[in-house]
Amino acid sequence: MTVRTAELLMAITMAAFSIYLLVKSTELPIGWVKGAGPGGGAWPFWLSAIMLISCIGIIVNWFRKRGPIATSNKVYIEAHVLMEVLAVAVALIITVGLFSFIGIYGALPLFLIFYLRFLGKHSWRLTTTLAVLIPVVIFYFFEITLKIILPKGLTEPLFLPLYKIFF
Amino acid sequence: MLETLQLLGNGFLVVFEPLNLALIIGGCALGLFIGAMPGLGSVNGVAILLPLTFLVPPAGAIIFLAAIYYGAMYGGAISSIMLGIPGASTAVATTFDGRPLAKNGLADKALTGAAVASFVGGSISVVLFTFFAPPLAHIALVFGSPEEFALMMLAFATFVGLGGDDLFKTIFSIAIGLVLSAIGFDIISGEPRLVLWDITGFMHGINFLVLAIGIYGIGEMLWTVEENALGGGKSMLSDATVTVARTFANLRELVKSWKTMVMGSVLGYFVGILPAAGATPGSLMAYGLAKQMSNDPESFGKGNIEGVVAPEAANNAASTGSMLPMLTLGIPGSPTTAILLGGMVIWGLEPGPRLFVDHSEFVWGLIASLYAANLFALIINIAFIPVFIQILKTPFTILAPIIFILCLIGGYAPTQDMHDVWLMLVFGIVGYLMRKLDYPLAPAVLAIVLGPLAEPALRQSLIISNGSFDIFFTRTYAGPIMITALLLLFLPLFKMGYEKLRKKQS
Repeated sequence: MTVRTAELLMAITMAAFSIYLLVKSTELPIGWVKGAGPGGGAWPFWLSAIMLISCIGIIVNWFRKRGPIATSNKVYIEAHVLMEVLAVAVALIITVGLFSFIGIYGALPLFLIFYLRFLGKHSWRLTTTLAVLIPVVIFYFFEITLKIILPKGLTEPLFLPLYKIFF
Repeated sequence: MLETLQLLGNGFLVVFEPLNLALIIGGCALGLFIGAMPGLGSVNGVAILLPLTFLVPPAGAIIFLAAIYYGAMYGGAISSIMLGIPGASTAVATTFDGRPLAKNGLADKALTGAAVASFVGGSISVVLFTFFAPPLAHIALVFGSPEEFALMMLAFATFVGLGGDDLFKTIFSIAIGLVLSAIGFDIISGEPRLVLWDITGFMHGINFLVLAIGIYGIGEMLWTVEENALGGGKSMLSDATVTVARTFANLRELVKSWKTMVMGSVLGYFVGILPAAGATPGSLMAYGLAKQMSNDPESFGKGNIEGVVAPEAANNAASTGSMLPMLTLGIPGSPTTAILLGGMVIWGLEPGPRLFVDHSEFVWGLIASLYAANLFALIINIAFIPVFIQILKTPFTILAPIIFILCLIGGYAPTQDMHDVWLMLVFGIVGYLMRKLDYPLAPAVLAIVLGPLAEPALRQSLIISNGSFDIFFTRTYAGPIMITALLLLFLPLFKMGYEKLRKKQS
């Protein structure tokens, strides 16, 4: 896919999103409400309209071949770059997915092992050290110091003894 | 004048509390580290680390974040000089002469020059700040809703008129940021609004940090993954010889560059005040001006120390400049200050001129902390140059997963809702794809912070005027501000028309 094609696809997607927002805004009054001023939907409605107009402007410029992006025939994402970015993005999505399931302390070591060992090609020694150390630091800092309880999923019962010690 | 000095003195009392002093030193060191990492700058650091500050009181939190901001401005130069890769966009101009100097074996000279220039830039701008801020805040005290809205229009208009990005993409970015900020509840009627696809997670709105960490954390890191993949992952670290004797010799030689430093500082400060401009264009302009002022313009780009000093003085001065409108008017002067402003709202401080009256201790504590942060950043920077060079050798594949994890937790911490973590991932990935198409994203971050302040300002103004937009043009302060905003909005159109006319003539 070239940059030029990506530009059109992005503009069309964003135009569709703008139309969705435009329609969604009308759930609240968009006109003048007596005694209360502009209705609750007016502000997002007109801003969505501006979004839509901007998208149409981008599409018009695309057809008129204006600007460096609309005329670029370079590849949007090179194949080998795509593989790397995709690997990271998918790993992140899976990690977040696992948060609610095996909890943050199950998901983060897996993410670290994947990133350090398989993407970074670091030694097992470094990988395991960091995969253990970082979650421990996070537990101390966020849960104990800041008292922000992070998602634990199924592993919740394992932390009850720890809570007893610290709280 | 005397009153200002007295308030500043009180501010220093806040700064010298042990906790705050520790936060400044810690923040400076952390900021230097973040700034030195290629690709990460002040805005990334402040966005990713803001959730960590929920622990300390607001004054400490903002002092810590401001110290990171300052440290990162210093640190940006380190990777520009040592790797030839700007630590952040604000340090791009530093590579022009910093890199050739390093290649000639004078890396230590460039690093010392950058540190001293950053200090001069920071100091001059903080002094300017101290004496500009109170009068400006005093004027702004009479501002009502129409003036507030006009000011916000002006902030957005600077992106359109002076941002230099694609016109439609800039406007789109502003509008989407404002719409995203409108999600949740209608502040006046209290009804749920724009609950997208009826997912209940949108009921509590979109925290600005979700967008900011999405774009400046996840998106920026994906961008860096790509850069590394393209560059083959090899870095070209220069050698640097650092000895005490050489450092003193470098310092003595820098005295000659004082004019360039002062020029860079003053220029950077005033450019920094504009929301769309800020440190990056400020430093590029300072570089250009230094070259013009020089007796030996030919040597620029080949390793002239003036070419390092000018942009570094300017980008530090600009970061102070961008705090002026944030503190006095409640309008951030840069994406980083936009995030600081959002933080202030979380901490329950209403940004704007009332801060100087209601939270005088907070404001002056912050200003005084800038003086202190500047000094500590200089000392830490010069003393630990060899350490920072070592840090640059840390492979990206070790830092990247750690930063990603900080982002994920940072997205979760403010609301403790998994919905926001997912949303942050979406923003990160979409933001990365949009950035590849030259969509400017800073306006969206500014807009999501200002949105919850802009909408009530507009609606209250219209209620006062009974629906007439005249109110924005007939008031003493709102009128000129609004007209300037409109002129800036239409500036790209004037330019286009002028160019067409010129083409016709020739």
